[in-house]
Formats: sequence, C-alpha cells, structure tokens
Amino acid sequence: MSSSHQLINNRKIATHESKAVTLVLITVALFYLLLFLGIPLFAVFYEALGKGWALYWAALQDPDAWSAIELTLIAAAIAVPANLVFGVAAAWAIAKFEFRGKSVLITLIDLPFAVSPVVSGLIYVLLFGAQGWFGPWLQEHDIKLIFAVPGIVLVTIFVTFPFIARELIPLMQAQGKEEEEAAISLGASGWQTFWRVTVPNIKWGLLYGVILCNARAMGEFGAVSVVSGHIRGMTNTIPLHVEILYNEYNFVAAFSVASLLALLALVTLLAKSIVEFKVMNNGSRLPHGETE
Amino acid sequence: MAPFKAHSVLPGFNLALGFTLLYLSLLVLIPLSSLFFKTAILGWDGFWEVATGDRVLASLRVTFVASFAAAVLNAIFGLIVAWVLVRYTFPGKRIVDALVDLPFALPTAVAGITLAMLYAPNGWIGQYFAEHNIKIAYTPLGIVVALTFIGLPFVVRTVQPVLADVEVEIEEAAASLGASRWDVFRRVIFPSIYPALLTGFALAFARSIGEYGSVIFIAGNMPFISEIAPLLIVAKLEQYDYAGATAIALVMLIISFTLLLAINGLQWWSNRREIR
Repeated sequence: MSSSHQLINNRKIATHESKAVTLVLITVALFYLLLFLGIPLFAVFYEALGKGWALYWAALQDPDAWSAIELTLIAAAIAVPANLVFGVAAAWAIAKFEFRGKSVLITLIDLPFAVSPVVSGLIYVLLFGAQGWFGPWLQEHDIKLIFAVPGIVLVTIFVTFPFIARELIPLMQAQGKEEEEAAISLGASGWQTFWRVTVPNIKWGLLYGVILCNARAMGEFGAVSVVSGHIRGMTNTIPLHVEILYNEYNFVAAFSVASLLALLALVTLLAKSIVEFKVMNNGSRLPHGETE
Repeated sequence: MAPFKAHSVLPGFNLALGFTLLYLSLLVLIPLSSLFFKTAILGWDGFWEVATGDRVLASLRVTFVASFAAAVLNAIFGLIVAWVLVRYTFPGKRIVDALVDLPFALPTAVAGITLAMLYAPNGWIGQYFAEHNIKIAYTPLGIVVALTFIGLPFVVRTVQPVLADVEVEIEEAAASLGASRWDVFRRVIFPSIYPALLTGFALAFARSIGEYGSVIFIAGNMPFISEIAPLLIVAKLEQYDYAGATAIALVMLIISFTLLLAINGLQWWSNRREIR
C-alpha cells in the first residue's frame, strides 16, 4: 500500500513541475514578452496620443503623410498581386509535377529572405541607378526608376518575393495531385480544375501568405530607403516618413504616423490568428513555414 | 539519362514553370548577379582592400557580436516562452501566443524609434539603467536590444510545435523508472527539442545579421563602436562609393548564403530526428 502510494506520488512529481517552478516560469516568460513586446506596443500609441488628439490628427492630415500613405498603398497593391500570381505558378509547377532541379528551385525562391534589406536595395541601384548597367540607356529614354516610384515597387516585390510561394508549396505538396487528376480524367479543362478544385483547397493558405506578404510590403524600410531618395511628398513611404519626422525631433508626429503601422501590425496578427483558427476547425492544416 | 520531367496528366507545367523561372530571373537572379559583376570590376585586390578595411572589419564585428548575443538571449527566453505556451494554461494565453509574432508584423522603423525612446537614459526603461550608470540606447547594448526584439519569434515558433509533439508517455515512463523532473527534462525532453532550438537560434542570428531599420535609431552609429555593416553600406552609397558599398554587400551576401545552407542542414537534421 505504501509503496504504490509512493509510486503515484513519484509520477506526479516527475511528469509535472512543482507549483513554484510553474509560477516562476510563467512569470519569467510573461515578463520577457512584456518587456520586449507589450511595453513597446503600448508606447507607440502612448507617444502618439499622449499630447492629445489634436496633434495626432494634425500629424495624420499633413499632405506629406497622405502622399506617403498613398505611395505605400500603391507599392503593396502592385507587389502583393504580382507575388500572388508568382506564388501560385511556382507552387503548381513544384507541387504537382516531378522534374529535375526542383530542390534547387525551392532554395532559389527563398533567396530574398537571406539577403539584407539594404543589399536588396543596393542591387537595384546597381542595375538601374545612374551608374548602373541600364543607367545610361534609361537616361537616354528619360526613364527614372531609382529615386522614383518604380524602384520602390521593384524592391518591395523583391523583399516580399517568397512569402506566398513558401506558404503554398508545402501545402500543395501535402495535398497531392489525386483530386486534380480525377477532375481532368472526368473531362474538366485545366483552368476549370484549377479554379474549382485547387483554389478551394488552398484558399486559407493563400490568404495566410497574402496577409504576411502585405504586412512586409507596407512596412519595409531598409530596402526602400536605399532606392527612394527620400523626396518628401514624392518618394516617401509611411516608414520613411516616420524616419524623417523622427530625425527632425518631431516625435509626436513620428509616433502618430508610426501608430498607423502599429495598427496594421495588430490587424495582421488578428487576421493571421483568425485564419489559423479557421484552419484548425476545418481539420485542414497550414504547413508552418512562418519562419521569416 | 532520366527525362527532365516525369509524365503527368495534369496540364500547365510549361506555363507555370516558364513563368516561375522568368519572374525569378528578372526580379531576383539578375539583380543579385549585379553584385558579383560590379565587384569583378573592382578586381580581387580592390575587393580585398575594401573588405578588410579597419572600419569594415569593425562594423562586421559589431554586427556579429550583437547578433550572437541577441540570439543567445532569445534561445534561453524563447525556450521558456515556448515551454510555458505549450505546457501551461493561464488567462489570456491565446492573446500572448498571437503577440509573439509582433516582430514579424511590426515595421522595423517603428520598432526602432520606439525602442530608442524606451531605452534612452530618460526613457521608461532606460532611466532604471541610467541610475546604475548603464547606457543602453546609443551604445552597442542598444543594438542587442533591437536585435532581440527582431529575433524574438524565431526560437519560440521553431520549438513550439516540436515540444507539443513530445510524447507524454515517454516522460511518464522515465518518471515511473525513478527519474526526477529535472532528469526527465534533461535526458528526455531536451534532446528531442534541441535541433529545433538550434534551428531557431540560427534563424534569429541570420535575420539579425542583415537587420537595418530597427537598429539605426537606437545604435548611435559611432564608427568602430556601434556602426553595423548594413549601415556602412548605406554610408558608402551616400558618398557615391558604389564599388565600396558593393564589396561589403558581397561579403554580407556570402555570409547570409553560408548561414542559409547551415540552416537548411539543421532543418534536415531536425526533421530526420523527428521521424525517428
């Protein structure tokens, strides 16, 4: 009796930590997250609104702020759909067919994640800048890519390049190709198969990739900073506008504009959690490639 | 010789692969190759002179040391966070879990100005350190703070799923054979999550090496002390020293690729262990 009692006691001790250890671990974890995530997130809004709504609105109604918002929306509106089409095409080729060099292709698609944002901007300056490969030709034809809007769009596409592809490739690989093969053998056309069989299967993964891609597209700083030229009201995105205001010691305005981006981040996290929740409830799965 | 592509009844291979390769080449491969060609014009001696310059080596050292310190911090606390999120329940856990991804979603410039303000000597957090004569913002410590923020989700998100898959039966078996809780963690749980921990560490480290936006606001950017390598690239560009900027960029690119290969190797090792 006493030995079996002791055994139960032992098991209890060894499969769970003591109350004290549990409490200490939870406290340490929450303190760490509060220090590095909670306080900074709160501070953005506090600094933006701390001097009152009037200053907050004034900062957001500044025409330069508006043109920055406009440019950020334009860049994201081009980069996200472009990378969406690419992601679907790449995932279709990689997941539904067997061909040589596939793993090399997958690694190449991930490349932009390994490149520093500053280097991402630099390579486009080397191509299209005044001293770049295509620089003289572009100047002859009076086309300006660098220190202009097209350059910002190009680097935004580059830094967000892998997001959608890397969500879709593992997802479509896991789903296999039996359903599409069945549709084709029953007489459906290629596009019919894609829209009616593939798209419904991948819609959540697709949305997940779009959410992440969009957040990065709107928030990118380093790469855009290199190609933008920082022309106020012309080639400034929201993050660059924040930098300019901050460097002018206009802190209230800087944090007011920054609070828009912080809101975007919160919306992104919420949308991401909703998709994850839906996927969990549907019993389907998202391959978690969210390592960047 | 095996054919390039195995037979399939599905259509669209040529279109999908053709578009993929075209888009990849135009937007990624050709732009990246410009780095090599531009450096080639500089010549090997010219490249070596730039890459081993005192200021460049100092900036690389600052970048590496700060990234390493931040990744170590994140490995330790990230493991604790992952553990708490997988094993315990507490009110608000789902919100805390979602918040872990904040550094992925919050633009780096916003993180940069906010951390600089918080850790300045008169800032909310910085003032407590200032009392003890420790300066964080505008010193290399500030860089570590920014990089810790940037790298925070990596270890948590790589360890979390692996820790959730550790079978409780094995822990129970070890316990019933008389192992203490600490022994079970050390001998049973830790060995199975350790590849994931290492992968998360490497991902955080790799991300930190190239980071720019969050660091420049808090670093102080003093040459030889708190100047990171990406900032030096920007500085050279602003002086129209394209060759110099390119040479540093190439060094960084080679470092990034090496890390990418190492991480792929780690993930392969980690997956293999999981299957066993």
